[in-house]
Amino acid sequence: MANSNNKRRKFMATTLQSVGLTALGGLLWSGYSDEVKASPLVLRPPGALPENDFLKACIKCGLCAEACVNRDSNKNKDGTKRVGTLKMAKGGDHRMIGTPFFIPTEVPCYMCDDIPCVPVCPSGALDMPSLLNKKEELDINNAKMGLAVVHKESCIAFWGIQCDACYRACPLQGEAITIEHQKNERTGKHAYLLPIVHSDVCTGCGLCEKACVTEKPAIFVLPTEYSTGRAGNHYVKGWDEKDQLRVKDAKEIRTKDERSEKEATDYLNMGVEY
Amino acid sequence: MKNMKYLLLRRATQFTLLFLYFGANAYGWHILEGTFGASKLFGFIPLADPYTTVQVIASGFILGADVLLGALIITLFYMIVGGRAFCSWVCPINLVTDLANWLRRKLNLDREEVNYRFLKRRARYWIMVLGIIVSAVIGISAFEVLSPITIMQRGIIFGFGAGISVVIAIFLFDLFGVKNGWCGHLCPLGATYSLIGKASIIRVNHNHENCTNCMECKIVCPENHVLHMVNKESILVTDGECTNCGRCIDVCNDNALEFSIKRYIKK
Repeated sequence: MANSNNKRRKFMATTLQSVGLTALGGLLWSGYSDEVKASPLVLRPPGALPENDFLKACIKCGLCAEACVNRDSNKNKDGTKRVGTLKMAKGGDHRMIGTPFFIPTEVPCYMCDDIPCVPVCPSGALDMPSLLNKKEELDINNAKMGLAVVHKESCIAFWGIQCDACYRACPLQGEAITIEHQKNERTGKHAYLLPIVHSDVCTGCGLCEKACVTEKPAIFVLPTEYSTGRAGNHYVKGWDEKDQLRVKDAKEIRTKDERSEKEATDYLNMGVEY
Repeated sequence: MKNMKYLLLRRATQFTLLFLYFGANAYGWHILEGTFGASKLFGFIPLADPYTTVQVIASGFILGADVLLGALIITLFYMIVGGRAFCSWVCPINLVTDLANWLRRKLNLDREEVNYRFLKRRARYWIMVLGIIVSAVIGISAFEVLSPITIMQRGIIFGFGAGISVVIAIFLFDLFGVKNGWCGHLCPLGATYSLIGKASIIRVNHNHENCTNCMECKIVCPENHVLHMVNKESILVTDGECTNCGRCIDVCNDNALEFSIKRYIKK
């Protein structure tokens, strides 16, 4: 009897220990996993799902990076192989380990017509349907890897110096980046040739960032989530018929409280001495 | 050389597979592309790791058909050849932990048997389940962010970076810490393959008549509890934790151990 009691007690103790240590491990593991998720400023391959979904879906196989480095067009003039655009994050890269990314200042995305990196993705982290055009063909121009932004204080074109390096490097020249002419009041006889990025066209390939002549590029690509703002649903363009449709079925909402019994002008002017 | 047959075969298999994976990136070969997470064989047959696949599903993502089919193919394959044949014939970490284990024997680090109260061999099953739970809670494949297996494999294919420190850590842990610490106690991938391999057809058979009780097999075996029948009865090693590495067969001088096919033995 005493023996079986001892056995039971030992069993209870070891079970409790296992459960406790598992809980401890789970907490540490969760904390670590949550931390490594938080590396937001990273550019993903074309067609990548929004970052949060991408991190779930990417199975870290590297097939996209292998397709990128081994594409037929990735050759120097003498036929030797070049470095690929896509890199697989390794320890020390401070990005989720094993996921593909690219750094435009090192190797930008050259926007291959056949997009070799996307169809090979087995998990769906690189979403092929998002790159199809109206004719159901793969179209790299539909990619949204990021959005280029210009820091006008360091962009020498904004100083009045003639430079259109980014404009000329852009694969969607005249659409994703246009040059806007403005009078240079300082000299009185010259024009500013200002690069303007159009976010509905820019794919975030990074060729402009690579081409930029300043010491630290004045034009650079950020993940779209970080280089865009949002006006909010309550702003409606009164001059835009299409935008007006958003409020076609809007209904008036009347709130009633103590204040609404009086005219707005009454309570707004309450306590004001003239 | 006679007593190294399976060891050499294993090393040849491991290095060939790793070289094929390496060549897919470096030379554009289409024989075996990707990593253990998901691969393509001959450019069209999908392969995927079952445990990774379960983690991705747990994190709440509807996976592509390629990965699901790949995981099914791999599961069926290892059901036949012995689940943990992956561990001893394929996994690159096996090279590291086998080296640590060999050094332990050479440096006599095995003499002092320490009782690791906290680290039992069944810990890996807890970790396996925990990995799935953490994946579901945090929303990323939890084991994949620290798996030394794919870190080492990607290191070989794409370059190590600071990832090499994880591999060194495993080596030090197995050498100076717990004997067979990683592969035999912690690795959730090994745990998954242990479960898959329960029904394996290819198994080591022990012939009690020939055994001289020298215990060489138990010294080299990384999971030596699976050899409980040695010098006791003539049966198959059916424990899923057996890695089918064949090292026991190599070191046995009495022909008491040999690979068998389960079905024929049963009769």
